[in-house]
Amino acid sequence: MTRSAAAGYTDLVDTVAIRAEGLEKRFGSTPALTGVDLSVEPGELVALLGPSGSGKTTLLRIVAGLEQPTAGRVFFGGEDATFVPVQARRVGFVFQSYALFKHLDVAENIAYGLRVRPRRLRPSRAEIRRRVADLLDLVQLSGLERRFPSQLSGGQRQRVALARALAVEPKVLLLDEPFGALDAQVRRDLRGWLRELHERTGHTTLFVTHDQDEALELADRVAILDRGRIEQVGTPDAIYDGPATAFVAGFIGESVRLPVTVTGDGLHIGQHVLSIATTVAPGPASLFVRPRDLVPAATRAAGLPARVTGVRRAGPARRAELMLGDGLPGIEIELPADISVARGDMLAVQFRTVRLFSA
Amino acid sequence: MSDAATAPRGPAWPGSVRFRRPSALPGFGLTFGFATLYLSLIVLIPLAALVLRASGLGLDGIWRIATMPRVLAALQVSFGLSFAAAAVNAVFGLVVAWVLTRYRFPGRRLLDAMVDLPFALPTAVAGIALAAIYAPNGWIGSLLAPFGIKVAFTPLGIFVALVFIGLPFVVRTVQPVLADLDREIEEASATLGATRRQTVLRVVLPSLLPAVLTGFALAFGRAVGEYGSVIFIAGNMPFRSEIVPLLIVIQLEEFNYAGATAIAAIMLAIAFVSLLAINLLQAWSRRRFGHV
Repeated sequence: MTRSAAAGYTDLVDTVAIRAEGLEKRFGSTPALTGVDLSVEPGELVALLGPSGSGKTTLLRIVAGLEQPTAGRVFFGGEDATFVPVQARRVGFVFQSYALFKHLDVAENIAYGLRVRPRRLRPSRAEIRRRVADLLDLVQLSGLERRFPSQLSGGQRQRVALARALAVEPKVLLLDEPFGALDAQVRRDLRGWLRELHERTGHTTLFVTHDQDEALELADRVAILDRGRIEQVGTPDAIYDGPATAFVAGFIGESVRLPVTVTGDGLHIGQHVLSIATTVAPGPASLFVRPRDLVPAATRAAGLPARVTGVRRAGPARRAELMLGDGLPGIEIELPADISVARGDMLAVQFRTVRLFSA
Repeated sequence: MSDAATAPRGPAWPGSVRFRRPSALPGFGLTFGFATLYLSLIVLIPLAALVLRASGLGLDGIWRIATMPRVLAALQVSFGLSFAAAAVNAVFGLVVAWVLTRYRFPGRRLLDAMVDLPFALPTAVAGIALAAIYAPNGWIGSLLAPFGIKVAFTPLGIFVALVFIGLPFVVRTVQPVLADLDREIEEASATLGATRRQTVLRVVLPSLLPAVLTGFALAFGRAVGEYGSVIFIAGNMPFRSEIVPLLIVIQLEEFNYAGATAIAAIMLAIAFVSLLAINLLQAWSRRRFGHV
């Protein structure tokens, strides 16, 4: 029954590509975005991921029309939307704080976008009622239409906000930290649910998050932002396995940055030398290490000696904390089940993956 | 609720009001006792004395005074104009609060401070100033005189004085609510296609309604009891521009204490009923529009 309602809803969707060209935004003299280019294919789900202050929300708000760019253009499909006012852009925007109308009940909240239309575009009362019922069904909140937002849980409120945004048949869906205010378990449930919803309704969707697990799990492609610039855009696999810049390498995964030096005979890590071929120019460089990049070496001679400073459990895996040398930050290694070490032991490790960037 | 399990303190009579409830916020007994004592000393006992004094006349005596044409006219002037002034303040106080909260402009703080002046000024001073300005030869009065509009020494003058003294109530009750109003609510309304006008009418104003009603009730209550500013501008003509508080003072000056207390008791009753009605309306609007 949910499926048929969703199918009926899908017929209405007329979603378009989003393209941002050379977007710049300054607040006073502080640059929030510099030279941002991004394109999202019709029906694609793209995450904007970055630390706070990276400009991801500003980018989303410019696409929505809630902010005006200082320079650059925004296109919806082939149409230049840069100067189209927010009311006319037909975007579905979901705020982190839900921004529900507290004095309206769930059904009235969802119907709001239809009721404020000019009379000649407004659906009939019966049609509005039918569409609200369909949307409630889609977001699995049927039966709660007479509740007020204050009587709903956080997850329910967020789903009402999403239904309200979908009610206006948006060309694109924009979500600002949609699960930011929810607790971990609800976040995980809603993640899967949103993915499923996206597959059904097929909206071009841009969503902002600072949670990399969420971005990597949900999105078709992820755009990493830092200090107002896009560092890398790619599929979750491409981002995770092939970070293009030092920032992305340090930001994604539980990476630790080791300061190293590249010379003709290899890589100097503290007092150790790792003889590998690299395209990185000789001189100081940064090596990014994730727990799964290291494995215990088969023989003592084949690896770098490291001191074990602690062993702990991380979910299904066991991890050892290692020191490669004085003054170097501690790194972690995921231990195979057949190796047992204790604090104070020496362990020879070798690199499975080397992510090296010029410093 | 686990109340029943944790609080087997005496039988729970169904339908009876239970005062004591185990609560995470202690101090109910102390604060409730203090609040009752304080309200009794400050409000209830003086008012009870008033009613007691008036009751010496008997119900028919009070009724005779209440239906005297001059008293009826004064009641109409007092409550009618107070209501009108509070209504005008509700609208324009909201506008002032909006401007002060929403926009940043030079002199905003000065304007903000000016809102409180009607609170601080001795009301007699306000009355004299208003009378001087609105008199036929005053600054504003002389501009209005050619059109045959007389403000000072007419009911219109009373209205102006009541608007003056009531303004801060609405501004000060609405301002904090407006400042706390989430901007994202308005942005959400805009992304859903609502025009600015629709956003204000459908989203902003309903959220402010409870605060506006509170301000209205305060301004109304203040206006009904206002004396100082009104008598200087009213002209005080019986049947036309005589307010109830003045009528009471006239009775006192004639040593007609029973008459004065009777009129006061009548006024008190009407004021109480009006304020109760406004408060009920306000409580309803809070439930309807203020779901926080």
